[in-house]
Amino acid sequence: MSSVSLRNIVKRFADFTAVHPMFLDIPEGSFVTLLGPSGCGKTTTLRMIAGLLDPTEGEISIGEQLVNNIPMHKRNLGIVFQNYALFPHKTIHDNVAFGLKYRNVSDAEVKRRVEDVLELVQLPDVGSRYPNQLSGGQQQRIALARAIVIKPDVLLLDEPLSALDANLRENMRIELKRIQEKTGITTVFVTHDQSEALAMSDKLVVMSEGRIEQVGAPKDVYDNPESSFVADFLGTSNIIDVNCESADKSGVCVDAKHLGSVCLPREKARNASAGLAAKLVIRAEKLYLVAADTPSDLRSSVEGVVETVDYQGQAVRYFVRVGDLQLQALNMIDNQPFNEGDTVSLRFRPQDCVALKGEG
Amino acid sequence: MARETREARQPWLLLAPALTTIFFLLVVPVLFVVVYSFWLRTANGSDQPGFYMTNWAEVVTDPFYRDILFNTLKIAAVTTFLCALLGYPTAYFIARSRGNKAMLLMLLMLPFWISYIIRTMSWINILGVSGALNSLLLSLGVIETPLQLLYNEATVVLGLVHFLLPFMVLNIYVSVEGIDETLEDAACSLGSTRWQSFLEVTLPLSLPGLAAGGLLCFVLAAGTYITPLVLGGPTDAMFANLVFEAIITQLDWPLGSALSLVLVAVLGALVFIYNRFFGMAQLMKGLS
Ligand SMILES: Nc1ncnc2c1ncn2[C@@H]1O[C@H](COP(=O)(O)OP(=O)(O)O)[C@@H](O)[C@H]1O
Ligand SMILES: [Mg+2]
Repeated sequence: MSSVSLRNIVKRFADFTAVHPMFLDIPEGSFVTLLGPSGCGKTTTLRMIAGLLDPTEGEISIGEQLVNNIPMHKRNLGIVFQNYALFPHKTIHDNVAFGLKYRNVSDAEVKRRVEDVLELVQLPDVGSRYPNQLSGGQQQRIALARAIVIKPDVLLLDEPLSALDANLRENMRIELKRIQEKTGITTVFVTHDQSEALAMSDKLVVMSEGRIEQVGAPKDVYDNPESSFVADFLGTSNIIDVNCESADKSGVCVDAKHLGSVCLPREKARNASAGLAAKLVIRAEKLYLVAADTPSDLRSSVEGVVETVDYQGQAVRYFVRVGDLQLQALNMIDNQPFNEGDTVSLRFRPQDCVALKGEG
Repeated sequence: MARETREARQPWLLLAPALTTIFFLLVVPVLFVVVYSFWLRTANGSDQPGFYMTNWAEVVTDPFYRDILFNTLKIAAVTTFLCALLGYPTAYFIARSRGNKAMLLMLLMLPFWISYIIRTMSWINILGVSGALNSLLLSLGVIETPLQLLYNEATVVLGLVHFLLPFMVLNIYVSVEGIDETLEDAACSLGSTRWQSFLEVTLPLSLPGLAAGGLLCFVLAAGTYITPLVLGGPTDAMFANLVFEAIITQLDWPLGSALSLVLVAVLGALVFIYNRFFGMAQLMKGLS
């Protein structure tokens, strides 16, 4: 187990820059997720840590050691590839034991460690089978077993769950987290799936177009997005252009046009300054629809008309028209959802909103 | 029920044209050759129909034929080995290169646009007494009299390798191309060097292609008569040259038939053995 640190890492392919100067610390024993849309440079970053790609600039250290010039096979990493990359011509036992062959481990020790790790991934009896005789989920577990049996300093996972179907994916996610906690291996996990990222990580790294947008604990990043990209990418948000009316130590008030004036606590509007444009972020699940005539104890309350109803079983997503704004609201269903055309009252708490610095 | 029989019949209907062609253009002529091999050539030059074992007795007992057969198999084996040695890195390089694979493959096929005989004869211009190599060495003053480079077993092998290398490369290329590149990355991440990863993963997985290329090279090399004719010396005749000699020069069709059947039988046995192995390789492929 070791920490990983990236110092000023840049990766260029010919004249295309896939990763812009990047600094990142991955603490020992932590579970860090690189999250971002497809093509944002997650795999490239992971491959540089793995030694499959050389960074164009910058330094990568694992533990205390600078690894830029250390070839992959000497880095002692466990890698789980998206397509599992199990050796089709070797049995499961030989697949898992592969890395031990290069590590001066006695035969008895190999046997014991392979058995232990197959136990850990809950597939104790498949040693003599071949990879194509296992299901996708089982192959996934074997790929993980093969990567951790060598006691790697760092475990690297590139979208390991994306090839599984939805149910299996959620089970494997819990399983993977359990195994990571049990072994305590420093883990870097790459995904474009925000629910995976939020559920599993100690530290979330949101990336966009080769740059880190925000780093933090999942809840911090979710509750306090620092850019409209993060607000938009994580969950569903209404992002409204507003003007900042006043800002002082205690709070910030913005003029949100049809939504009236909204006053947020200062920590929800760190970068807003009076007189400038700003963006107000209201999470869809923090925007509540109530019948138009319900008496209100919330200050922020406006009327709107339901335009579209997207029924999802336990919840419903509404598209509501308020003047020239279309807002999304994601509400649990109590008894009867609203219908298209209903006039409703919109409620939200200002402290649930975030104000970001506007562009330009 | 009716539908099932129709479905069972369909493959045969689709195969019918090919099977008919093979039957009339391959099976029937070979049967003629079999019949011919039992006839006898008389002193006056005509063929006497009948059932004589004379030709077969000569072919089987005369050590002259046996020695040439062994030499032929040896030349084919050496050629196949060299093709594999030269072809594997080439095929691997093409399969793993990014972008311009189509162009590389086209370059590989380019020699096929020129007749095989012309390609073989081109070596005379390169290695002959007044060929390119001798001229160069003479003008550089390295040698004073031209070297006799041509017309030996080595040049026969050279010509065969030149002719057969693309077949080997193509077969290996197809199988390496089908192997997931991340398998080697995975092996490296587990601690093996690039070379060890290749030996552990890519090489065993590409054996079916190597075997297919090997069989093709061996059979084509063992059956050739043009290369030894053009590039070999008087003692470098291969088995097919005997057939050529018997039929074209001596007009002894019965003897030529018996000789050619010997070659067919030996190569057929080889294909049979290979098939056993190939079946196993297929089995392994099926496991992947
Ligand atoms: N070998 C390469 N050559 C050129 N461009 C590449 C190469 N690998 C990745 N890229 C580009 O770099 C960008 C980031 O890719 P990648 O790291 O794979 O994204 P992600 O894993 O986040 O989906 C993409 O635009 C991709 O096209
Ligand atoms: Mg990727």
